[in-house]
Amino acid sequence: MKEITLRPKEQPKVRLEAEVINPAVFAGKGLKEIEGLQIQLGNTRVRLADFFEVSGARVDDPKDLRIVIDGDAGHTKRIGEGMATGEILVRGGVDMYVGARMTGGRIIVEGDADSFAGQQMVGGELVIKGNAKDYVGSSYRGDWRGMRGGTITVEGNAGCENGEFMMGGKIHIKGSAGPFTGLHMKKGLIVVGGNAPRVGAQMQGGSIVVAGKMEKLLPGFWLEGEEENLKIEADSFEGRYLRYSGDHAEGNVKGLLYLKKPI
Amino acid sequence: MSLILKNGIVYDPRNGMKGEKKDIFIENGKVVEKLRDRKAQVIDVSNKLVMPGGVEIHSHIAGGKVNVGRMLRPEDRLKLIMPRTPLTRSGAGFANPTAFMTGYLYSKMGYTTTFTPAMPPLMAKHTHEELHDIPMTDKGAYALTDGNWFIYKYLKEGDIDKCAAYVAWLLKATRGLAIKVVNPGGTEAWGWGKNCTSLDDPVPNFDITPREIIRGLMEVNERLGLPHSIHLHTTNLGRLGNYVTTLETLKIPNGTKAAFDRQVMHLTHLQFHCFGGDTWKNFESKADEVVKEVNKRENVAIDSGNVTLDETTTMTADGPMEYYLQSLSHLKWVNKNVEMETAPGVTPFIYSNKMSSSSIQWAIGLEVELLVKDPWKIMLTTDHPNGGPFFRYPRIIAWLMSRKYREKTMAEVHKAVQDHTILPTLDREYTLDEIATITRAAPARAFGPLAETKGHLGVGADGDVSVYDIDPRAFNPNDYLEIEERFSKAAYTVKGGEVVVKDGEIVKVVQGRTLWSSPPVNEALAREVMKDIEYSFKRYYSVNLANYPVAEGYLSGSTPIVTKSKIA
Repeated sequence: MKEITLRPKEQPKVRLEAEVINPAVFAGKGLKEIEGLQIQLGNTRVRLADFFEVSGARVDDPKDLRIVIDGDAGHTKRIGEGMATGEILVRGGVDMYVGARMTGGRIIVEGDADSFAGQQMVGGELVIKGNAKDYVGSSYRGDWRGMRGGTITVEGNAGCENGEFMMGGKIHIKGSAGPFTGLHMKKGLIVVGGNAPRVGAQMQGGSIVVAGKMEKLLPGFWLEGEEENLKIEADSFEGRYLRYSGDHAEGNVKGLLYLKKPI
Repeated sequence: MSLILKNGIVYDPRNGMKGEKKDIFIENGKVVEKLRDRKAQVIDVSNKLVMPGGVEIHSHIAGGKVNVGRMLRPEDRLKLIMPRTPLTRSGAGFANPTAFMTGYLYSKMGYTTTFTPAMPPLMAKHTHEELHDIPMTDKGAYALTDGNWFIYKYLKEGDIDKCAAYVAWLLKATRGLAIKVVNPGGTEAWGWGKNCTSLDDPVPNFDITPREIIRGLMEVNERLGLPHSIHLHTTNLGRLGNYVTTLETLKIPNGTKAAFDRQVMHLTHLQFHCFGGDTWKNFESKADEVVKEVNKRENVAIDSGNVTLDETTTMTADGPMEYYLQSLSHLKWVNKNVEMETAPGVTPFIYSNKMSSSSIQWAIGLEVELLVKDPWKIMLTTDHPNGGPFFRYPRIIAWLMSRKYREKTMAEVHKAVQDHTILPTLDREYTLDEIATITRAAPARAFGPLAETKGHLGVGADGDVSVYDIDPRAFNPNDYLEIEERFSKAAYTVKGGEVVVKDGEIVKVVQGRTLWSSPPVNEALAREVMKDIEYSFKRYYSVNLANYPVAEGYLSGSTPIVTKSKIA
């Protein structure tokens, strides 16, 4: 893979919106053209080069292209939004909407991500090595159609309402998650390695696995049995799990919630 | 300030122009025979299609529920975004574009007059504030009268004059242009969790039937000499087998005389009222039976209410209908009660070409247009946003003008269209003259005296013109994508004698006028009715009477139409 590197200069207090940081946009462009790409700063348009130092050489095929942000982009929103192929590596944090509506390729964030990471994702892979804020793999505000495919991995903790209206794909939060993960979930798999309170509210389908503690199990979940060494499609989970169906506050419910049984 | 549009190929149905080469002269905002001004701006429109500015008769672009739709669906904003330019404001929204953007989008299509069909009287101030924010076109709003307690009471007592005096007060108070009637009685019944499911189903607590309300308001309308007839969304919209109700409705105006050379009943979004069958499995089009009745009647006009196969937001003052719709779709919805007056609802809807019902509805809309023999009786609408957004009109025009395009789409929609509609058997292709009729001349004619100044290019007409980059003499209707593209981007839109759009882009922002009806009422009668109004406001309304009317200062370019009322 060939690299084009963006080294953050001094970052503005107002957030940048840079959906142009996408291998398909960079591909086939010379450095000068990439430097001149327009990004949004508040209500004004600025050049990418105003806030990032661009280096590398022209790459024609986006499949072969890795964009490396060599530093913290915690004030840049919409990195890799709608991305279909190639790779983005961020050696720091990112702001909201990283990988939103992405359909393919891979994004790795070594730091923390703000809210709405992987919103309405369709395919590809998003890895956040730090923590993520709220709404990981959620739907757009007001929409009833959330993440449809692909995988999101958060190695740290995540905030509230992850996988809201999820319709497919997989979210793996290795740390703990905030309340209402899997809200309105319809399909797919959410795994929380740590603790998660009030999971699965109004879920109608799909599976949620919580390996840590769960405070406040919602009243719409009914205990169905226990399972040893759980298997959900290609994923397996060691240990003993309590199996609940829910959320019975909804009609026609096929949702499953697995809670690791304390030893 | 004057303007000459030189050498255009003119289609002006009211004046019998079907593609004649003619120069159009505009001075002081009006079409004139000859210019006095020698320094007129001259625009060469050789070999381009010239039509009067478009007239929109039914599009929900302002009013309480339009904003409710915007609040209910933030996700709709993501689908169409217009950034700010040095001239125009930014805007967003596909099914519910923001107000300013609505004006720009209409103007880019060559429309110069847009009427919004459902203003709850209690929300008239809001409606006019919203209309104020829609630039580029002349505007007007129809006041909702379907669930109004005063009207029920007077009609029940058989006092048409008092009812007319009340309606006159209501139109002046709300600055309304026409009377809109939505699911008469049903919206009131909805307050009790019920509906009126036939024209003879009495309204709870009022002992009056939808048929009586429609007939009564029709008489009131003509007695007041309002420019438009009643604008009726009849009972059972969107229900299976509702064509029976529609056929019954069409018979109501028998014998009623119009105050002008126009219909006495405008039956709106007919597509939603031509449903046959009793389950969604045997759902079928009854457009042929309904339109046969329409063709027979001189005193009825309709608009189509086409479905464009998009994801949209439905919104009507028909609260029970929206409840029914969300019970099918299970999507989010809002119901709103406007005290004493009406009860609208809003819910998103996805018209998918994979669904048989949506596909049949798409076909019904086109059948209605293709089966109506006299194009002066039918107007092009999508009941925006209910059947689809208004900026899809160019696509509907292309479907109407090209059988080939319809065949292509028929191959892409659900196969139910083949057996459950007669669209595949219809060969008719609209001519440019007929397109000009259903988008300009006919909607203007539906407004009686307004047709003197709107929807044509004869001397005395408003200087509202649209020019498209189509050469009618070298024109192939089978280039349907080109038809759609060219009608989407007017080469020029002229509003009041000023060029406001060039090559599909806004070049000047203008603020249109607001038209409203002001029917005179004799003083004694007005005083008597005012007593009832004062009493009811004290007793039932949550607002003070003094705070109810819309001051004229709210309106941009207030243009009252003083009518020849029979109770003056």
